[in-house]
Amino acid sequence: MLDALSYDFMQQALAASLLASIACGVIGTLVVVNRLVFLAGGVSHAAYGGVGLAFHYGWPVLPSAIGFSVASSMLMAGVALKRPEKADTAIGVLWAAGMAFGIILIDLTPGYKADLMSFLFGSILAVPLTDLYLMAALDAALLAMVALCHQTLLVTSFDREFAEARGLPVRTAHYLVVGMTAVGVVMLIRVVGLVLVMALLTIPPFIAARSARSLPSMMAAATAWSTVFCVGGLALAYRWDVTSGAAIIAVASAGFMAVSGAGALRRAIGRRNPQ
Amino acid sequence: MHMPSSAPGMPGAPHTSHEPVIAVRDLCFAYGDEPVLDHVDLTVERGEFLAVLGPNGGGKTTLLKLLLGLLTPRSGSVTLFDGAPKAALPRIGYVPQYSTARLDFPVTVLDVVLMGLAGTRRGLLGRHWSRDAASIDRAREALEQVGLSGMEKRMVGELSGGQRQRAVVARALMAQPELLLLDEPTASIDPQGSFCFFEFLGTLRGPHTLVVVSHDLSIATSTFSNVAFVNRTLVHSRGAGLTPEMLTMLYGHHEKTCPMGAFISSVSGLFPVLPRMDELPPVATTAPSGSLVSADATPSPAAPSPAAKDA
Repeated sequence: MLDALSYDFMQQALAASLLASIACGVIGTLVVVNRLVFLAGGVSHAAYGGVGLAFHYGWPVLPSAIGFSVASSMLMAGVALKRPEKADTAIGVLWAAGMAFGIILIDLTPGYKADLMSFLFGSILAVPLTDLYLMAALDAALLAMVALCHQTLLVTSFDREFAEARGLPVRTAHYLVVGMTAVGVVMLIRVVGLVLVMALLTIPPFIAARSARSLPSMMAAATAWSTVFCVGGLALAYRWDVTSGAAIIAVASAGFMAVSGAGALRRAIGRRNPQ
Repeated sequence: MHMPSSAPGMPGAPHTSHEPVIAVRDLCFAYGDEPVLDHVDLTVERGEFLAVLGPNGGGKTTLLKLLLGLLTPRSGSVTLFDGAPKAALPRIGYVPQYSTARLDFPVTVLDVVLMGLAGTRRGLLGRHWSRDAASIDRAREALEQVGLSGMEKRMVGELSGGQRQRAVVARALMAQPELLLLDEPTASIDPQGSFCFFEFLGTLRGPHTLVVVSHDLSIATSTFSNVAFVNRTLVHSRGAGLTPEMLTMLYGHHEKTCPMGAFISSVSGLFPVLPRMDELPPVATTAPSGSLVSADATPSPAAPSPAAKDA
């Protein structure tokens, strides 16, 4: 098994796992505590519209996808802020519309067809070195941003009304969280695929939240869990020759169920033997 | 416009001076075409404890948000400490409805209380407060003041409803506010707990001016100095006491056979220690027309305002 580590592609896959886990741990924690999971799903799917635009007009893919998803995320964030009761519907519409728009544009483009499957599942085993550097830069920018405004993020995430009454920039903080999510998610999709991004954005923070005592510790624990799932999934993929992204999600889902089950068991025992 | 005449505070009321902390003049507010507050006047003086009662959707929370400057009046003015509400934010301690905070949030009680120091510095970036020994000591003192000593290391989700509410009061106390605004503080507390909570709020009176919005009648047992009834219009009376007339304003007309009607007609017997409203000196109140109505102008209950639709 350990001989796998001697392959270049495996080393790069592990590096990509760690870098993606850091981004997912940080963004995922903010997404989960702000209840923005559905919005993150909408943003990441709508990004396919940007991919379609890029292919149809021959624009560079990454900037187009980021521009498209930041624009659609600001739209969703605005609705979530001003008409919270309509946010669910608006996100659902943009989610579907962005994706359909991308597919139609790619259908209308002659010649090379971008592969929808690689958008959905990515390929963590074939990450070019330049993408690793790009992800390292994204992680550094994210960590710097979160460290700089962590008190604003803490107060506005915990109790928005109180933050507003203390004169904190509640709206700016909301758009910042959504914008960071949009940029981060698009960069990660390129590397590991949409489905894996959604899994790593939600499952590790959920498990981390059960024992974390602060936002930074939740981010650290989510990153650690995410790395464990990635390494476990890659090992499974190597051993049985199955799709790496799906193997990582399988391991993460098993972890999710094990932790939820253990929690339910502990509560049941606690009810039977009250202190 | 008329100015509400000031009446002497209740005998023995602590630290009441005639310096106005809140001055609301002829305030109107609407969401779209739906009028929520109609020609409202209100004066709260330093050291007073104002209970703001009224049905759901009657405009209580809207009034509080106007006081905080989070909403802008259609017409009329809101003055806090002789200035605009936004300028007064550092002097206000706000306790929002608990439902606005997240229960499953990874944060300790100590860190929740420390958040009360936020807002002393503006801006998205940088630190709003420091987590040094002095701040932590101050947070411990605030927790002691609300009866939560030794709880600082608990997670916020481990506290009971009443404890959580005390913790957010401690958070509001961190900024050493002159004015405390509380929105439905007992909404997440069981009835027994809410009696204790209102009693605890009474102990804060003195150094702080308090405004408590509630539709919880157990506030009647606390030591409030004035009552305002908000149901699109506002009727303000100095002195503590609930009368059947006030309850009718709050809950509408009920037949004697209806449980609510029976309750309303028995209420003056329920709280016998409190002075009845008609024994108190009349204080300026407002009616939709803006005319001056004195609070003892009963028996017919003060103009029941058009039933506000549930917000």
